[in-house]
Amino acid sequence: MENLLTIMIFLPLIAGLILMVFLRGDDAAAQNNAKWLALIATLATFLTSIFLYAGFDPANTGFQFVEDRDWLLGFSYKMGVDGISVLFVLLTTFLMPLVIASCWEVKHRVKEYMIALLFLETLMLGVFCALDLVLFYLFFEAGLIPMFLIIGIWGGANRIYASFKFFLYTLLGSVLMLVAIIAMYVDSGTTDIPTLFLHEFNSTPLRVLGINVLGGVQTLMWFAFFASFAVKMPMWPFHTWLPDAHVQAPTAGSVVLAAILLKMGGYGFLRFSLPMFPVASELLGPFVLWMSVIAIIYTSLVALVQTDMKKLIAYSSVAHMGFVTMGIFTANQQGIDGAIFQMISHGFISGALFLCVGVIYDRMHTREISAYGGLVNRMPGYALVFMLFTMANVGLPGTSGFVGEFLTIIGVFKVNTWIAFFATSGVVLSAAYALWLYRRVVMGDLIKESLRTITDMNLRERVIFTPLVVMTILLGVYPALILDVIGPSVGLLVENYEESISVYSHSILSFSKH
Amino acid sequence: MNGSSYNIFTGSNYFGWSETHGVLGVLQILLPEIILAVFSMIVLLGAVYSSKNKATSIVFWSTASIFLLVSIYIGFRGEAVYTAFGGAFIDDLFSRFLKVLILLSAAIILILSQDFLKRNNLFKFEYPILMTLSVVGMMMMVSAGDLMSLYMGLELQSLSLYVLASFSRDSVRSTEAGLKYFVLGALSSGMLLYGSSLIYGYSGSTVFSEIFITAAADGKPLGFVFGLVFITIGMAFKVSAVPFHMWTPDVYEGAPTPVTAFLATAPKVAAMGLFARVVHDAFGGAFSDWSQILILLSVLSMLFGSIAAIGQKDIKRLMAYSSISHMGFALMGLASGGLEGVQSMLIYMAIYVMMNIGTFAFIISMEVDGKPVSEIDNLRMYSKTNPGRAMALLVLMFSLAGIPPLLGFFGKFYVLKAAITSELYLLATAGVVASVIGAFYYLRIIYYIYFGENPRALDQTYSIFNQTVLVISALAMVLGVVNLFGLEFLSEIAASALVN
Repeated sequence: MENLLTIMIFLPLIAGLILMVFLRGDDAAAQNNAKWLALIATLATFLTSIFLYAGFDPANTGFQFVEDRDWLLGFSYKMGVDGISVLFVLLTTFLMPLVIASCWEVKHRVKEYMIALLFLETLMLGVFCALDLVLFYLFFEAGLIPMFLIIGIWGGANRIYASFKFFLYTLLGSVLMLVAIIAMYVDSGTTDIPTLFLHEFNSTPLRVLGINVLGGVQTLMWFAFFASFAVKMPMWPFHTWLPDAHVQAPTAGSVVLAAILLKMGGYGFLRFSLPMFPVASELLGPFVLWMSVIAIIYTSLVALVQTDMKKLIAYSSVAHMGFVTMGIFTANQQGIDGAIFQMISHGFISGALFLCVGVIYDRMHTREISAYGGLVNRMPGYALVFMLFTMANVGLPGTSGFVGEFLTIIGVFKVNTWIAFFATSGVVLSAAYALWLYRRVVMGDLIKESLRTITDMNLRERVIFTPLVVMTILLGVYPALILDVIGPSVGLLVENYEESISVYSHSILSFSKH
Repeated sequence: MNGSSYNIFTGSNYFGWSETHGVLGVLQILLPEIILAVFSMIVLLGAVYSSKNKATSIVFWSTASIFLLVSIYIGFRGEAVYTAFGGAFIDDLFSRFLKVLILLSAAIILILSQDFLKRNNLFKFEYPILMTLSVVGMMMMVSAGDLMSLYMGLELQSLSLYVLASFSRDSVRSTEAGLKYFVLGALSSGMLLYGSSLIYGYSGSTVFSEIFITAAADGKPLGFVFGLVFITIGMAFKVSAVPFHMWTPDVYEGAPTPVTAFLATAPKVAAMGLFARVVHDAFGGAFSDWSQILILLSVLSMLFGSIAAIGQKDIKRLMAYSSISHMGFALMGLASGGLEGVQSMLIYMAIYVMMNIGTFAFIISMEVDGKPVSEIDNLRMYSKTNPGRAMALLVLMFSLAGIPPLLGFFGKFYVLKAAITSELYLLATAGVVASVIGAFYYLRIIYYIYFGENPRALDQTYSIFNQTVLVISALAMVLGVVNLFGLEFLSEIAASALVN
């Protein structure tokens, strides 16, 4: 069991390498082999992650399954999971087989597609398991390469623009984080994440380029990390790459992007910003909360007027990520619990919604809302599934979407009632755009000539949706499944955070009275 | 902030021209250079007296193998420091590290060149001879301990390169490249000489260790600082740092592709090595004076190299701007000063050379209908015609852009770390911003290879050697993540020979 994490992380990579080296030709048989190998590899990864989950002890708030080997320059290859990261690992391994299955009908350069997805899975898992800053950065940024190729090669008509924007935007955020990572290393002499939790970065005010910076070095580093994670999340106003990337990406790319890649930003805030820069987080918390609320309301309004289904769901993702950032920076147990819950549940729901779009896109090759209408007449099964996920997206009680939004709003209510008030109005807006989308696409009479022959979901599609439906409802009625796992680790995080704040409180008090 | 290296004159374990070891001792110290120089003379004579065509191939291979053998010999020379000619020639770990790098890259590029030269009627025995002479010059450069030996090495290197750049003498562009290179190179030599004369005038010596004493003293004469600036400018020309880069794109574009490949690798290493040697051995005491200049050169090179490359349509010109930007990064390491600065510069240069050799192995073999081409447009959908090579190129491009986990990232990482350790936060930030801008044009190449439309067909004829080098270089980019091939340790002992 001691190498379980390494085995799990590199299993997809090895499968990808096997495909790369041994699979020749591009005929139907070779394509099938590639798909089956990818599916088996991702399923095997999921299986290993089940072992991980089984062996994971939620009561233990430290890192578990830790592996530690020496690497360059005093860095180490250190892997481990705690209550915060273990569920992201499971989310990734759970979704990847579904993603692979969802692109079964792809005919264009299948082998490369599978390789890119498999490599991407390894990199995503690495992000959630890395316990060394540089190692984390390595996985975090390397993920750009396969995603860039996925959007650029298998994307839609305007894929070039979208892929470049995606890559450069996220790279700009990441490199600023790199500068901060190196500065942290120079300051503390280590890149070991658990050790860095204990290191206190200086928070005495400094003057930088004539500006007085409260919170000093911590604030500067916090901003550098914020640049990276806010772009990745994405937070308003750094979200503009996301709608482009989502619209142009193939279905599988959209699912991975919405369900897993966006969560890296939230995970980063929880893993680095809060525990390592508590003073800066406390100082800038209100700023993030207000930005989150603007994101929730603004992007919900933008979603209302979209004519492209994927774009609508992309904007809705930004709004839902607003709840996540809001929850995280309340820095209390409910808020953070809710944020993590929201991320996991959004992983299932947004993934499923993009798959829903994919189902009709595969048949009609358009994502324009106006091209559809009355699908319920020909596709009753699809209408049911789509309705469930629309409701979950809205946050209907009984679905997982409700729990996350509710908990984050409770968390923020404790901090600032106005923010809670505005965030709640966002829930209403999300009902507006989601239900209106559903009405326009599914309800009504089937008038459009082109839709007369559309077929309902086939067996493969039903199989893909089943686990997502189960998880959405299961988490909605029994949220303890997640909350019990993350609770102790989040509790420790909040406790340490409050302790650091109280140590610095005298200085913070003097700052806030300026 | 960093002390002088070794006291060349008082140390009893060093030997010099007039000491007991005598001529033989000196010969032994200079053995690698002498072997190469004598070798090139013998080959010159032999090739003149034999029928040319038959011998040429043998000359190529024997030159490459002698490069290889000499580099192995240098690699196993141990850790001792030898000086000769009264400190004018220093053979230490720092110079050995660079010499091995220069010799290996020259050997590989020599072999890579063969196929191209044969097809373009340039397969002449002068080519390896000129290359050997320039390599001897480079070895002199990195071992220079005196302004005179510095100039000698620099000129030997440059003059050979001027001829190499115009090697395709029937081509207007190639001769133009050679001429342009010569005129601007001569200008930079002039500046270097002027600076040297000022330095000699104010310090009374041309030996670095003597200059060091004047540089470290308080209240340096203004003329001395002027001399330092002129010498720095002269060397900035050689590493093609902005604003002294004007020759680079034209020469890269006009010169025959194998020569461009050579220009982009070994001479850059030698010039950087020389730069480090001069600023630390001669001007180590004037750190604050030269580091400012280097910071400026570094920022300008990184930003200009990245921005100017965006609009390029020719891959050789693009690589020229790319090398300008990479030199900016290497200068960032140097500008940070200290052991860590030099070490990061050495790591950066080693990785830079590995990436460039791989990329040029590909560019050299770019042909359409038997004619060499260099327009990026020809790469459209190359991934369809040749997935393997396209993949290798993809890896190299991402590595050049500095994306982890590829080796190019680690080069940038060490340099940034050196800069941040020296509290050059703004320089580091400018560097990472430049690397994002730079990422755009590397991505553009990938765009042509993978996302492009209207496929073009590059010829499938390329030598197996080029292909192997391309693939090995790409593999090295990926596998380097494990331990950087021990570069970290080697560069550290090399850097500590220079800075201590």
